[in-house]
Amino acid sequence: MPVPDPVHIRMRTSPTHTTKTYILLFLMLALGPIGNIALAMGMNRIGSLDLSTAPAFCASFRHVVGSPTIWTGTVCLAGCLICYMLVLSLADYSFVFPFTGMTYAVVPLLGYFFLHENVSAARWSGIVLIFLGVFLIHRTPSRTTEPGATN
Amino acid sequence: MRTALILTFVVVTGTGGEICLTHAMKLLGEVHHLRPREIVTFFLRALRVGWLWLAVPLMAASFFSFLAMLSWFPVSFVFPATSLAYVAGAFGAKIFLGERLNATRWAGILLICVGVAMAWVGNSPVPQHISSAFTMLR
Repeated sequence: MPVPDPVHIRMRTSPTHTTKTYILLFLMLALGPIGNIALAMGMNRIGSLDLSTAPAFCASFRHVVGSPTIWTGTVCLAGCLICYMLVLSLADYSFVFPFTGMTYAVVPLLGYFFLHENVSAARWSGIVLIFLGVFLIHRTPSRTTEPGATN
Repeated sequence: MRTALILTFVVVTGTGGEICLTHAMKLLGEVHHLRPREIVTFFLRALRVGWLWLAVPLMAASFFSFLAMLSWFPVSFVFPATSLAYVAGAFGAKIFLGERLNATRWAGILLICVGVAMAWVGNSPVPQHISSAFTMLR
């Protein structure tokens, strides 16, 4: 693949481009965990699915399809996937993918602040390293390759 | 031996799938405005890109083998071990996508990789839905 010149790299990481990238990254990191937690809550409310007979299977299916929580989860996960695909069209994979590591830091933090769970010293160190790593990635240009075909 | 094999499989298929997906998105070009009509058009065009259809089975294989790992090993081993995907992804992006990783980006990726490992080694297991949340975002 051709190597772009530095001027071109600067052009591709204009303020608008950067803003779009970070909006999509934020949505992706928020919608994924929310969607999964909504799905888990919905399935917990429904309870164990009975798939042993055709009528039982149909009843279980109706329960799942009729649950607003499960629909919420599904929409959030679909949104997460859409944001992920869109942001990959804008930014480097090596820029986007490390941001997903923030999930590993945010979940223990949520547990600490909202559920008053204990966080070990090793985990605190890991959380700090993750945020430091994300900060360093943020300092690099979001795109270092040539854009593909335009819309 | 089984541990090394499944870990390699998870990392290679996951990274391979993500690289194919990224290549497909790059072929399509940027979405200039985040409007519903442009996004729908973007996805309809994406369905016609072969790389996307190569990415889907690879990512699905990675997802299910990751779930298998979670059923065989404790989370405190699985998450740190699969954080190697960050390093594999960086090499994949450099070799196959031609991305130019400077020293700062390499340092950031390595810090995140070590951070994830430190945050989860020897800690108590997390509920399955949290694991799924991570899987979704890997």
